[in-house]
Amino acid sequence: MNPSADRLRERFPQAFVRAEVVWGETTVFVQPGAVLDVVRYLHDDEAERYDYLSDVTAVEYRDLELPLQVVWHLRSLPHRRFLRLKAELPKGAPLVVPSVFPIYAGADWLERECYDMFGIRFDGHPDLRRILMWEQYQEGYPLRKDFPLRGRFSRSEQLRQALAAQPESRYSMHELTIADAFEDLPQDMRQRLARGERTGE
Amino acid sequence: MAKRTVEVALSTSGLDAEGRPQRTPLLVDEGGRVTTLEPPPAIEPELEGEHMLINIGPQHPATHGVLRLVLELDGETVVRCIPHVGYLHCGFEKIGEYRQYNQIIPWTDREDYLNSPGNNIAFALGAERLFGVEITPRCTVLRVIAMELSRIMSHLVWLGTTCIDIGAFTPFLWSFQERERIYTLLEQWIGARLTTTLTRVGGMAADIPDGWMDGLRDFIRTFPKTIAEVDRMVTRNGIWVGRTIGIGAMGPEEAVNAGLSGPMLRASGVAYDVRKDFPYLDYETYDFDVPVGTQGDVYDRFLVRMEELRQSVRILEQAVARLPDGPLNVDDARLILPPKTKATSEMESMIHHFKQVMEGPRPPIGETYVAVESPKGEKGYYFVSDGTPKPVRWRIRPPSYVNLSAIPKLVEGHLLSDVIAINASIDIVMGEIDR
Amino acid sequence: MGLTTQPERRQVTVSPGQGEGWITTRLDFLVNWGRANSLWPMPFGTACCAIEFMATAASKYDLARFGMERMSFSPRQADVLICAGRVPFKLAPVLRRIWQQMLQPKWAISMGACASSGGMFDNYAVVQGIDTIIPVDVYVPGCPPRPEGLIYGIMMLQEKVKRERLSDERLRDEMEPDPQSHLYIPPSAIDELSEPFGNSVHQTRSGL
Repeated sequence: MNPSADRLRERFPQAFVRAEVVWGETTVFVQPGAVLDVVRYLHDDEAERYDYLSDVTAVEYRDLELPLQVVWHLRSLPHRRFLRLKAELPKGAPLVVPSVFPIYAGADWLERECYDMFGIRFDGHPDLRRILMWEQYQEGYPLRKDFPLRGRFSRSEQLRQALAAQPESRYSMHELTIADAFEDLPQDMRQRLARGERTGE
Repeated sequence: MAKRTVEVALSTSGLDAEGRPQRTPLLVDEGGRVTTLEPPPAIEPELEGEHMLINIGPQHPATHGVLRLVLELDGETVVRCIPHVGYLHCGFEKIGEYRQYNQIIPWTDREDYLNSPGNNIAFALGAERLFGVEITPRCTVLRVIAMELSRIMSHLVWLGTTCIDIGAFTPFLWSFQERERIYTLLEQWIGARLTTTLTRVGGMAADIPDGWMDGLRDFIRTFPKTIAEVDRMVTRNGIWVGRTIGIGAMGPEEAVNAGLSGPMLRASGVAYDVRKDFPYLDYETYDFDVPVGTQGDVYDRFLVRMEELRQSVRILEQAVARLPDGPLNVDDARLILPPKTKATSEMESMIHHFKQVMEGPRPPIGETYVAVESPKGEKGYYFVSDGTPKPVRWRIRPPSYVNLSAIPKLVEGHLLSDVIAINASIDIVMGEIDR
Repeated sequence: MGLTTQPERRQVTVSPGQGEGWITTRLDFLVNWGRANSLWPMPFGTACCAIEFMATAASKYDLARFGMERMSFSPRQADVLICAGRVPFKLAPVLRRIWQQMLQPKWAISMGACASSGGMFDNYAVVQGIDTIIPVDVYVPGCPPRPEGLIYGIMMLQEKVKRERLSDERLRDEMEPDPQSHLYIPPSAIDELSEPFGNSVHQTRSGL
């Protein structure tokens, strides 16, 4: 087992849930709320130095009773260690975990993708928009198990919505704040922007 | 900007106190002197005008696929860059949940399509760890050969397209000539040029045909000449140097923090190579160097990739020399189909064959994350199994997706024309980014 | 299946000697000869097929033999749209727009299984054949097609170009998508065309 697991157990007795070793890889389950503190410790502590974030993703099991899992794959380049961190989000409750973007800049798009595909909100992410699907995508979160393989709508409806979306001919609100375009925006849009809304058109 | 020495370190030749490679200059002339290259004088924008918003892509020849960049320009200087991806999102991970392990392998071809054999191998390694099987020595060496051939293939496309972007057309033709030779080798081996589907869980789809090694030896012998030719034409070319030195630089701490990997990270001076740091396929027994840059700019990335081409040839030489005889596939009835002659003549084998194909092998409950060093960086496959023949989750850790996410920082303050050079130096492949 | 929104299709009978004079047929021949041998491609390359397209354009297969070495990355100066690779729904409006930006005369080649039919990507993200977005002249099968396959498709297109007649009134009809739905063929036809077939019918269940 990765020695970091025991140190996490000692240091975060409240947040630590359990640790497993599968095929030589250590997985540490932590409380979702404590993820940011745990990751900050793992990143900053001299004995740990997990300075490299490999991946952020999520897992939903076919048994819909089981909680969703958010998975962080961390690497320590100086110590050549690998650690998997998991947080379980029960069904029914809002799917929110803290964003690790303040610690790892590389988490930016990985978290956005996770939000796009699973609908998990990363609290503290500066720009949590859909990334792979377009912003007005109607059908839901594709990698959830209740999402059918071919999508929810018929093919013609999917094509109609896609052609109507015209993602390449418009700029998002985020981009419209740039430069002089802002002055020409309608009043309500400027108010929405002033409130800090980053998504939508 | 001051003059700087272009140097690239080679790792195993000597390690410093931290276990990281010592830096030795790579660009020396005939007299053994280190070449000093002078970057062009920085252009100070004199006029301050209104900012302009321009859109590059999704269909633009220099975006290497369907990438869209929205740039805010002050004159010709980039103030802000907002990338948009997802124009090639094809739902690979969703489809993986509906297919058996062996059935997923054709999808791995098409995800990073410059590096198909490498993806097949990475997938097979992950699935094998999930099933808990050890592959045979012959299979291991054949996979190393395929892996390095595919690294060369991928770097050749990068070289050709980057040269076109920066204004040199000839290296594109040269690199595609070499690629055609690898295509021929792969075709003789597996029957396909680009989308190889080379591996199966527990082995390979086919053994190499008789005489194939001669073709590979011929390639290993002649390929370095092409690298030398490109090197002579490009590396100290005034236009090339002027367009690449000091462009899109990123420091080591920032690069690690941004999650960069592969040549992008190594050009910034961090010697992280999955083959060395978390070895697989017995890579620790091969003698090869990991090139590391010092400045992390476009030029260093170019040097690192050129050196990786040479190192791949070195690995290929060693792999060819050590290829053992013996069985190719594991002896495990859970995974490997019975021979066709038996399946058509014996009842038990036929039932076994039928069950294998229709139901598929069942891995134990568990999960695993397997990373390999793809030409773009750390390529990871994460599998979660609940004991059924189809994975609950098949996750691709796409190196160029994370590398591309750093582009807003890389292009800031550079000219519009440099955006093209920086974008080319990331070596993106949209199939992998959008999946 | 009713793939056209124009119920009364104008029929043009083209037979030499009937209504067409020697001059027009000779002019046809000259114009078509010129067009067929200098088709400027607009490579709409998205995925794997684009790499094979690059291989076709490189020195071994040498697309210049067909007068096609001049890649036109601007749709406004292009004759043939070569859609090489899969087209997800997010890219559908882009492809539509590029096709509309191209000037007549124009043709389209759908290169590869994914562009022609969705290929192995029968899921929520991928358009099941670009012929639901734009009209296609030549389909090149393969995943990806070998350069020889693409060259054969191009030669088929050249044959088609050589058989065109200026007196054909429908020859340069632009497709007119429905302003509401943006579709140019009826929705029922799209659903029918993109129904799962073959093995993929049985592969919709995860688990088991």
